Amino acid sequence: MSNTTTTPQPDTTQHYLLSIFQPEGPTPTEEQLAPVMAELGKLNDELRAAGAWVFGQGLEAPETATVLRADGDGVLVTDGPFVELKEYLGGFSVIRAADLDEALGWGGRLARVLGLPVEVRPFAAG
Amino acid sequence: MDERVARVFRAEHGRAVAVLTRVLGDIDHAEDAVQEAFVEALRRWPETGQPPSPAGWIITTARNRAIDRLRRESTRGDREAAAHALLSAEPDEPEELGPVRDDRLRMLFTCCHPALAAPARVALTLRLLGGLTTAEIAGAFLVPEPTMAQRLVRAKAKIKKARIPYRVPHDVDLPARLTGVLAVVYLVFTEGHTATSGDALGRADLCAEAVRLGRLLVELMPDEPEAVGLLALMLLTQSRAPARTAPDGSAVLLADQDRTRWDAALVAEGRSLVRACLRRDRPGPYQVQAAIQAVHSDAASAEDTDWAQVLALYDHLLRLSPTPVVALNRAVAVAEVHGAAAALAEVDRIDLDAFGPGHTLRGELLRRLGREEEARAAFGSAAERTANAVERARLWGLI
Repeated sequence: MSNTTTTPQPDTTQHYLLSIFQPEGPTPTEEQLAPVMAELGKLNDELRAAGAWVFGQGLEAPETATVLRADGDGVLVTDGPFVELKEYLGGFSVIRAADLDEALGWGGRLARVLGLPVEVRPFAAG
Repeated sequence: MDERVARVFRAEHGRAVAVLTRVLGDIDHAEDAVQEAFVEALRRWPETGQPPSPAGWIITTARNRAIDRLRRESTRGDREAAAHALLSAEPDEPEELGPVRDDRLRMLFTCCHPALAAPARVALTLRLLGGLTTAEIAGAFLVPEPTMAQRLVRAKAKIKKARIPYRVPHDVDLPARLTGVLAVVYLVFTEGHTATSGDALGRADLCAEAVRLGRLLVELMPDEPEAVGLLALMLLTQSRAPARTAPDGSAVLLADQDRTRWDAALVAEGRSLVRACLRRDRPGPYQVQAAIQAVHSDAASAEDTDWAQVLALYDHLLRLSPTPVVALNRAVAVAEVHGAAAALAEVDRIDLDAFGPGHTLRGELLRRLGREEEARAAFGSAAERTANAVERARLWGLI
């Protein structure tokens, strides 16, 4: 059965994290956001239909974050994001793809829909 | 290394690693297996003589080494399965010749994947397809060897972990991806050609390597006129190598070169490639640049140059790639066809900024127009912007 003239294709797909980077600044208005969210919804439907969708969601602003640090027997709780950056993680998707080209294809469409930079990063082998 | 084995190594390393990468699904394993096969060749060929098909022997031996290794190391079921898959494959020396072409093409597209940093693309291509050692690549690019080694290791790790695919891109992506591959090959060539410093010999090797890769591209993708155009451009540029350096090591400008010293065989080959690709009527930047060089090659002396033709080609090139460098080269042709004043007007429309050669041209045009003071200032600006000591000395000479 085995035929070495074709690349041995791993039967498991690779998971990729698509991180959406948002510049610091005023949050867009409802009117600005509505068409973007509609396009995003369509893209997510396509991801689902292709069996590539794992998870995806926007995040609240970094000011809503809380940082926890192990501190002796307890945990130290502080307000705010872990690092203050000019660009912060605005949301992310986890997708499943056969290879990087496929993941970049989805990521590229996400970047176009949102008009924001998207970082594509593979999950470590489990 | 044994002379014959070394020759086979340079000629067949890329092919062997490309085939083994497909078979093993892993570049590092493929490199190790091919390395072991060459070690075996060094041991056996002096006694047995070189086999009729050295490439086939290397590939078969590398595959057998990979099987041995998988057996040795198979502690997990999937390794066992992989070894069985390799074992059950019939010995396929003649069969190799079919998919080999595609394997090297796959390897080229993987090495030149846009997700890799440009220096890594160049290094991987030279290492895996060119068969250059890490030390040779490091030497050619004036980078410490550990830095280059790390660059290669990181790039290969990214290919593996991010799963950069080992295949020729789909038709929709092919034009953009091919442009990336051509850019890598041309980068290798220009790095060798426009040496800013360092060991001249090592740099010349880069030109030869780029031409070799260019020939491979044309062999693998004969229907891509831009691949042919790139090869033609490199051959025509390379044909002038014997005339472009003065005995003292300084560069000789095209207009001052002894054209009888140009390599006639390379000129002829370059010209015929230009004609062949332009006939396809799918012009691209490399083809047009090659055509411009062909016009220069056609002229027995600098005075005989058909500048109107050169200018027409630059007009075309500027539409295809509207960059300051192209605009500047076009201005040189404008000076020849319409005079220095017209050319100066063109140059002053270009954002020269940190671009030294632009100031040099401006200086030359101003001098021709008798505006000596402004000319000197322009040469001064050019001198400030060049990192090349020989060029800086020449510019100070002009002031």
